[in-house]
Formats: sequence, C-alpha cells, structure tokens
Amino acid sequence: MIVVIGAGAIGLGIAWRASQRGLPVTLVDPEPGGGASHVAAGMLTPVGELQYGEEQQLRLGLDSRDRYPEFAAELAERTGIDIGYRKEGNLSVAYDTDDLAFLTDQHRFQESLGLRTELLTGRECRRLEPMLAPSVRGGILAPDDGSVDPRRVVRALLAACEDVPIVRRRVREIVVEGGAVRGVRLEDGDVLAAERVVVAAGSWSAELADLPVRPVKGQILRLHSPYPFLTRATRGLVRGFSMYLVPRPDGELVVGATQEELGFDSRVTAGGLWELLRDARTLFPGVTELEFKEVSASFRPGSPDNSPILGFAGPDGLLAATGHFRNGILLTPLTADAVADLLEGKEPPEAIRPFGAARFAPTGDSR
Amino acid sequence: MDMTNMTDTADPLVIAGREFGSRLVMGTGGAPSLHVLEEALLASGTELTTVAMRRIDPAMKGSVLEVLDRHGIGVLPNTAGCFTSGEAVLTARLAREALGTSWVKLEVIADEHTLLPDPVELLDAAERLVAEGFTVLPYTSDDPVLARRLEQAGCAAVMPLGSPIGSGMGIRNPHNIELIVERAGVPVILDAGIGTASDAALAMELGCDAVLLATAVTRAQRPALMAGAMRRAVEAGRAARLAGRIPVRRLARASSPFEGLATAGS
Repeated sequence: MIVVIGAGAIGLGIAWRASQRGLPVTLVDPEPGGGASHVAAGMLTPVGELQYGEEQQLRLGLDSRDRYPEFAAELAERTGIDIGYRKEGNLSVAYDTDDLAFLTDQHRFQESLGLRTELLTGRECRRLEPMLAPSVRGGILAPDDGSVDPRRVVRALLAACEDVPIVRRRVREIVVEGGAVRGVRLEDGDVLAAERVVVAAGSWSAELADLPVRPVKGQILRLHSPYPFLTRATRGLVRGFSMYLVPRPDGELVVGATQEELGFDSRVTAGGLWELLRDARTLFPGVTELEFKEVSASFRPGSPDNSPILGFAGPDGLLAATGHFRNGILLTPLTADAVADLLEGKEPPEAIRPFGAARFAPTGDSR
Repeated sequence: MDMTNMTDTADPLVIAGREFGSRLVMGTGGAPSLHVLEEALLASGTELTTVAMRRIDPAMKGSVLEVLDRHGIGVLPNTAGCFTSGEAVLTARLAREALGTSWVKLEVIADEHTLLPDPVELLDAAERLVAEGFTVLPYTSDDPVLARRLEQAGCAAVMPLGSPIGSGMGIRNPHNIELIVERAGVPVILDAGIGTASDAALAMELGCDAVLLATAVTRAQRPALMAGAMRRAVEAGRAARLAGRIPVRRLARASSPFEGLATAGS
C-alpha cells in the first residue's frame, strides 16, 4: 500500500498517475484541494519569471510546462473537465525607467540561455494588451509560457482519482520502525498501514518529516470582468514591486500576490490588498471598474533554495514531493510523473535529479 | 602586531560597547532565496545583520532568523516600512519583545518612492526610543546637522545614506559624509545607496566606521561573489583610511628621485 499525504494538485497528480499504473494508492487529506492549490493563480511561466542562478529550476519548469498540453488533454478525456490550459505567452511589463532597466537585463539573461523571448516597446505591449496604462515603458513577451486554472486542475484530478480512496482526516505522524516506513497514524490514533508514504503536504510537510519547508504567505484577489480585459498572464514591475494578473476565459481576473514570511498566519490584511490594488490600478487603470469577487490567503511551501524536494528522503519507503514554493501548479505534471516512476521502481526524468532531499543534508539537522 | 592586516582583531568596530570584527553590516531584503542569502552572508563575513520586523514571524521555523542564529550573526531588527514615529516606536517595542534585543535600526520613511528618511519623525522616534532604553541606530539623510542632533538625542551610531535605498547610485555627496564623520562622536555607518565594491571602499576611505548594504549583494547576479567583494572593499577602504592617503597634487612627483643620477660622460 502507498499513502500519499496531501490532496492538493501535487498529491492528487501523484495519486492519479500512480493509480493509472496499477499501484495501490490512498490519499489522506482533511480537506482535499483546500490548501495552496485553491488560492494559486496558475501561471506557467518558467521563462517569464526566470531569476539569476536558477538555471536548474528553469529546466525543471520547462520540462513540466511542456507536459501540460498532454496532461490537460488526458484529464479532459478522462473527466470531461477543461482545466483552462492556455498558451498565450507571458507578458512582463515595466512601469518606469528603472523597471525597464531590470527587464532589459532579464531579457539579456533569457537570451543568453537560448530562450525565446521578445523585448517590446510600451506601444507594442499595449497592442498586445490594450488595457495597459499608456505610461508602460516596455516589456518582454515569453511566447511559450502560459497559464492554467488551478481550481479546475484540482477538480479534474479529483474526478480522475474517483477510484482512489480518500481518507478525509489529518495525519498526526508517519510511523517508522526499524528505519522503514510502516504507515501513517491519523489524528484519532488509527493507523493506515503502508510500505511507502509520499509527503505532499505542502507547507505542512515539515510537521510530518525532516524536510526544510516553511510557509510563505501569499494574499491574492479575484476580480470579474464582463468584457475581455486581458488576454494573457501579465506580470508587472511597478517601481520595483512585482505583481501579476491572470485572466480566465470566464471573465475571472486573478491579481497576485504578496509574499510574506509570517508563518501560518492566514489573515488577509489591509496593506496586502492595498499593495495589490495599487499596482494593478497603476498598470491597468480600468481595474477599478471591475467587480470584486474574492480575496484569499494561503501558504506556498518554501524550501531554502525555493526549489522542490523530490524523491526518497530519510527512512526506507518515504518519498518527498513538496517545497514547490511558487511553482506547485507549474510543476504538477512533472512531479506526478516523476514520483509515479519512483514508486514503480523506474528511472525518473533527468530534470528532477538535482532536487533530492540530500542537498540540504549538511544543515538539515540544525533547522 | 601585524600592521598589514588591522581589520580583524586589532581594529574592532565598537558600537555601544559591543565589539564587532567585521565592519560590514548586512541587510536581508531582496535575496532570491534563503539559501542564496545564507551563502552571501557567510561570504560577507558580517557579524550584524538587519531584519525587517514587519516582514517576519520570529517564531517560525526555517526563517531568516534561524539562518542568522546558525552562524552566530547578530540580529539588528529594523523598522522598515514605518512612516510615522508612532509606528516605528511600536515596531521597535515588538521587536524587543520578540527577539530579546534592545538594539534597533530606526527607519522612518517619508514616502515610498524615494524611501528618504523623514527627519522630523526620525528625531522624534529616536528621542522616544532612547528614553525607553533602546540602543538606537538611525538611518538618516546625509545632513550633518541632523546627524549631530541624532547623536545629541542619544543614538548609539548615525547611519547616513549615500543615495536612496536600493538605488545603487553610490555616495552622491562625499563632502557631507566627511562633515558628518569629522563631527561625530559615535560610529558613522554608511547606509543605503552602495552599488558596487568601490562605493563601499570609498565610504571607508571617507572615514565611515562601517558600511550597511543589502540590495547591492542580494540582487547581484551572483550574490555570494559580490558579498565577498564587499567584504574586501570594506577592509581595503578601512586600511587605506588608517594608512593615511597622500595629498592630491596638481603636478607629477616622481616616486624615485632624479638627483644623483648617473649622467653620460661623467
């Protein structure tokens, strides 16, 4: 038996792929799909959000991004649910001269890695997205990036996992005997026996296993537009602050997100909302006309290097699939395939190799 | 004593009676990840590092505070993000309660576009915090008069800016920094505006006792490499200051004498 702790996009993806291969899987989560997956914006932008020193993460992101068309098609065929996958590129725009200097430098870096991106003038940006403020100075189009609707991803994965038992309870601890995993003990003391346990519990993973994951709070809001407002996921740099807007075909417009190191503090704050709306209005003056639908906060599972922790970790039979930070939705298809490979005893995709738990070993004990 | 390297044990930075071997104070904002930040802090050799109290939960596992603790780096809580004296005082009190330190980097910002200090609010907050027993290190503009007033208010150091926070424009008014240094009875820490290593060296050559920087390292392409450069720049600038630079001359002066040279036919 295999227990997957956590039924967010990552855990559901793993359970689905594993069950497709005939492996006996059980999911455990008190609230399937209720964590970060429910709040995430769903940008698939490994190119648009590339940072210096993160070339390995880039390869991981590109690999997973390019699995999305098939992932979406398979889920649609299996469940009839469209996960809202769109490949309309990612636009990054600069508000002032300093922001443009930053983007120009980013474009040079992207080009040096052979990535397909295009540096645009302000007017060219506005031809792509006419609602942009006339003062926008320029931008970068990463045409191969895209977006997906995480809530639909979760819904589709839940439907695809209809044959997978889901235990709607909290895990108190992972049972380990003689250096090997024996199962999980639930909050009420019951034990689910298992030879293998996958920790896909997002920010809560550190409470279950020796994994260096911390919650990084994000506040995000959802507006609704009755008319076409935005075509593609757009990231804005506004006087050094970074924010983004992601449109959905049904008119939803996601505006995100704060990034706060405040532990498990899920409060929505006036300041968080104000920052998001301030910058959204600066870039898109028309947002003030849109209907306000929702505001939420959740926790990105952050590892010390912002990259996921994938593969065997600690006692025999324990696998980690956590620490995806801002990229959980992006990395879902690859993580699901790779962990299913590991569970089946197959060689996982090359791209995940640098992301084992062992890389944190020297400091892992003094967390 | 090894006079070629006075920067470590022989020449400590002393603030409010506390000694530091390193004259580089680091900030933590802007790093792409905790791991990158950790590497950069180690490469910088810093012994004191500022943390924005409004941006962290001191009780959280795996936070930047744990990184500092792991390497024995002192924490200097700051009041970043405060626009009024009242907010800054409140933030300092919360920091003291949460971290058990009465040291605070006092930052009261006038507006969010320039992030320049608000001198009136700053002096007010400094007076209130000193009265409450805090060791106050105020981030101030490069105004020699204000620096003096802050010192008179009981601040343990003064921290004038070189140029606006995060701008990397270096030291825009070296003359004012020199004036502040000449008249100060407390350590002067150049805070904000450092872009690259030569800026940090210049600050020390002007007579500053230390340099505080963050963005120049955390947003560099290779933060750890830049942190090492800053460490050496601060050491080099300090040594040059102590060594005593030569006066600037208008015309050349040969380093070896012309007198007594052998001439043809002699």
